[in-house]
Amino acid sequence: MSVQSSVTSGTGRYDADERGYFGDTWGGRFMPEALVAALDELTEAWQDAMADAAFVADFERVLREYAGTPSRLYHAERLSELVGARVLLKREDLNHTGAHKIRNVLGQALLTKRMGKSRVIAETGAGQHGVASATAAAWFDLDCTVYMGAVDTRRQALNVARMQLLGAKVVPVESGSATLKDAINEALRDWVASVDHTAYLFGTAAGPHPFPSMVRDFCRGIGDEARAQCLEQYGVLPDAVAACVGGGSNAIGLFTAFLEDEGVEIHGFEPGGDGVETGRHAATIHAGEAGVLHGARTYVLQDEDGQTIESHSISAGLDYPGVGPQHSWLAAAGRATYTPVTDAQAMDAMALLSRTEGIIPAIESAHAVAGALDVAKRLGEEKGPDATVIINLSGRGDKDMGTAIEWFGLGDADSGPDADLEQVEADVASEVDTEAQQ
Amino acid sequence: MTSTSTAFARARSEGRAALIGYLPAGYPSVEGSIRAMRTMVEAGCDAIEIGLPYSDPVMDGPTIQAAAQAALDGGVRTADVMRVVEGVAETGVPTLVMTYWNPVERYGVERFATDLAGAGGAGLITPDITPDHGSAWIAAADEHDLDKVFLVAPSSTDARIAMTARESRGFVYAAAVMGVTGAREATSDLAGPLVGRVRAAGDVPVAVGIGVSNGDQAAEVAAFADGVIVGSAFVRCLLDHEGDEAAGLEALRSLTADLAEGVRRAG
Repeated sequence: MSVQSSVTSGTGRYDADERGYFGDTWGGRFMPEALVAALDELTEAWQDAMADAAFVADFERVLREYAGTPSRLYHAERLSELVGARVLLKREDLNHTGAHKIRNVLGQALLTKRMGKSRVIAETGAGQHGVASATAAAWFDLDCTVYMGAVDTRRQALNVARMQLLGAKVVPVESGSATLKDAINEALRDWVASVDHTAYLFGTAAGPHPFPSMVRDFCRGIGDEARAQCLEQYGVLPDAVAACVGGGSNAIGLFTAFLEDEGVEIHGFEPGGDGVETGRHAATIHAGEAGVLHGARTYVLQDEDGQTIESHSISAGLDYPGVGPQHSWLAAAGRATYTPVTDAQAMDAMALLSRTEGIIPAIESAHAVAGALDVAKRLGEEKGPDATVIINLSGRGDKDMGTAIEWFGLGDADSGPDADLEQVEADVASEVDTEAQQ
Repeated sequence: MTSTSTAFARARSEGRAALIGYLPAGYPSVEGSIRAMRTMVEAGCDAIEIGLPYSDPVMDGPTIQAAAQAALDGGVRTADVMRVVEGVAETGVPTLVMTYWNPVERYGVERFATDLAGAGGAGLITPDITPDHGSAWIAAADEHDLDKVFLVAPSSTDARIAMTARESRGFVYAAAVMGVTGAREATSDLAGPLVGRVRAAGDVPVAVGIGVSNGDQAAEVAAFADGVIVGSAFVRCLLDHEGDEAAGLEALRSLTADLAEGVRRAG
């Protein structure tokens, strides 16, 4: 199958200017002077690499041979039948290490080698970016240290073990709320002291310039492939594309290819936790306010004094009180719509996809499935069954089985999510109708 | 309001470096932090930096993080920080606020500058704002005649040092170790050359933050810098005597005296 180049740096109206601002407002670089030289060096190396055909070819070869891209664009027929529209799943869950994140770390690790640095550091929440970073470090023979909130190291012991087996050092972070945002703080503290020989493999399309644009470039193969695959397999562009948004790397990776396709609706689904009205959520764009976090101006969950508020989501990978600044710009510009999906809606969608398609999605991705079904139903009613929605299935759900066991009460004989599939489907359909439309 | 430059001018006229002490507002309490900082002034600090506690302090080491987090847990608000500024500025020494950017943006940049000036504050030190991304603050500070203290680091290029020296008012803060705040055993050999590079770029005073914790280290730094900044060592005095205010203040007094003697030794 032929797909268009997965690596192109953008210069369109939705891209950042040379100082890293999207729409003159979002993003930028609110960082200590001590790191500015390193960020400048990284910006130059990234732009230089993206303009170098040899680097691009090398990145595409590594993705293809090692990570297994392009990932399939799969027609989920039973799900399509359920909602009355064509639902296509971009199978990033089938990549090596089981998520889209391998694209980003391979890109950044390749760049690290090119810059002649010997050590990488990374932050991780659930451990997926940490595992991907440890994997890339092993493959490229780089020293690797991963910072992880102490709360998360306890919740995700299996991923800690995976990282250690891959040769990475995992440092539990006890400061602050001992979760993802504090792991980022600690990684930045390491970087200030080690910047001459260390690269920071940032895990999402957030942070100071150039990370939001650079991570986007390394992930945009998702959308470039999906767009080409949709045209090749169905002869049309999709009517809508959908992805979950925590920091937003998988979402921006999907969205980028479609930004200039004005007929394509773009939907991001944010973690609504227990429900936005409860205050226990991580729906940053929907419920946050503009501020500066981790070096970028973006929507932030914060109190009246600008102190960061702890976020909540059943999905550790979406549990972040900020969001990538390009998403803030796409929301402000009206090009993309961001809607919260609750823990309960996401878990229902996890069960639904498992039972209709035999695919156990990551809980992160299940947020996208839950929200996108509502979009697909509406489009099906408006345009008929050929209406097409692409959902980014950003990761697989193996890592989430502990949560699923607890949520559904699995493990004992005769247990399981509501054994009556029709009931599960009806639950999902009604929740999508009533709640995801906020 | 007293610009920090007056403290440097006085120190220079006495043939010595200025001693600048840092503590976060609100630790162990709002009133307690005012008493602590006034003690440092009485014992010989030439200027005071008041930390505005923030939830995500990426440039701070464990000591300052611990006190700032305790202050936040105790409920300190931005308005309380202004109260601390007022309580310290009354002593007549230049009193600056040191803060990460988001609380200022959230408070309102113009409102922050107005209230800071109204409380008698001399200006603001901004560890995560560089002049090239700080136009909003620069405009507000200029309007209210507040000091704009930006940082330089050993990794700064000469061009960036020149820009920073040009845009700073009061002094330039030379963060002379590549790393977070915290007391260190030895002073860094990166500090002298960094101060020299800032001096070559303009005539604004240069104060060095480098993990100084005693008079001997202060004397070493005072030999080449206009000011010696001490933070974590002061915070440590309070953390080590948690629950015993008299002992904490006594420790602050004795450390300040040692440091004040140190900055006078070099001359």
